[in-house]
Amino acid sequence: MADKPLTVAVLSGKGGTGKTLVSVNLAAAAGEAVYLDCDVEEPNGHLFFKPEKPEEETVAVKIPQIDTELCTGCRKCVEFCAFHALAVVGGHPILFGEVCHSCGGCALLCPAGAIQETDKAVGTVSSGRSGHVDVFTGRLNIGEASGIPVIKHLLGKIPSGGERPVFIDCPPGSACAVMESIKDADFCVLVAEPTVFGAHNLAMVYELVTLFRKPFGAVLNKCQEGENPSEAFCLEHQVPILGRIPFDPELGALNSEGNIAARENQRYRELFGSLLERIGKEAQHEAASDS
Amino acid sequence: MKITIPMNEQKLESGVCPSFGRAPYFLLYDTNTNESKWTANNAAESSGGAGIAAAQLLADSGANTLITPRCGENAEKVLNGANIKVYRSVDGTAKENIDALIEGKLQLLSEFHAGFHGHGG
Repeated sequence: MADKPLTVAVLSGKGGTGKTLVSVNLAAAAGEAVYLDCDVEEPNGHLFFKPEKPEEETVAVKIPQIDTELCTGCRKCVEFCAFHALAVVGGHPILFGEVCHSCGGCALLCPAGAIQETDKAVGTVSSGRSGHVDVFTGRLNIGEASGIPVIKHLLGKIPSGGERPVFIDCPPGSACAVMESIKDADFCVLVAEPTVFGAHNLAMVYELVTLFRKPFGAVLNKCQEGENPSEAFCLEHQVPILGRIPFDPELGALNSEGNIAARENQRYRELFGSLLERIGKEAQHEAASDS
Repeated sequence: MKITIPMNEQKLESGVCPSFGRAPYFLLYDTNTNESKWTANNAAESSGGAGIAAAQLLADSGANTLITPRCGENAEKVLNGANIKVYRSVDGTAKENIDALIEGKLQLLSEFHAGFHGHGG
């Protein structure tokens, strides 16, 4: 375990809660760090990091290509496809690419050898550096149904060794793309808003990380005087509260201009620095109690 | 004319199912013999691609006309390939829709919604 870098996934039950704020600022506060933007439908961490000279790689999946000269129209592939990505029209199968899950079964099964697998681009991963942070951004092509292949490619960028902590900015919600993003994480940070709706969304991700048996804690964002239903949820379910971020116009202004608060402002450097320290301790404690 | 209609129940007197791909049954009605046949839609429970599989079922059934309230682009591609004409259903029972079609009162369905709409996430 010691050689593997600490990997922290930041998630929330809905968008706009502060996942990017928390993950970007944690990476910046860490100094040497790796940041992965797995919110591949609308990645925005790069707007803050502004990585220099990003290099872009294409992410492709395999889809079948049918040679109608060789195809005998036997329908074995259509009957096999559990996702209904193939249908016979005019005696030969046609493919619905966005429905295909790239299992490769049809190509294996075709008795006439009429199906070859071919690459289909579904998105990109760009890599660049911002200060001491390596920034990786996943982007799903518009119209594609699943971000999972791009997220898998991104997770492949996590260094297998070294001391630099890794921060994963997850997609919103608690569906497949989030599960993929947290599956290799050592620790999950749940970001929550101080509203009834926020507490409801916190409950969704709480359920997910519990199901995945991940160690986790909550960060309460946009804190103000008065009631905080998300805090009440944490107290009721014994969720450790790792930190509180105030509802602060200064932070809002820094953020809206694409600045990283932990790099620009002493108070936030300290806030995210101590949050980072707390996460490190919690993760270490969990690793120790696991062994 | 062999007409097919997505249905919730196996009754000519019941209404048209609001879903195409996920309808539990399809009615197959032959206007030459006035005979009704019913076929279960195995694709109804699929996590995705239900419309494609349902369209394949109809393409293989020998139907040449579909009456449905809505239909996706992917299913339309299969139906089109099988030369099945798609008409928009009106309020009322399956029988009333068949009569309306025969009287020339139904319009061709002109709008097809986005094909894959992510059931089962």
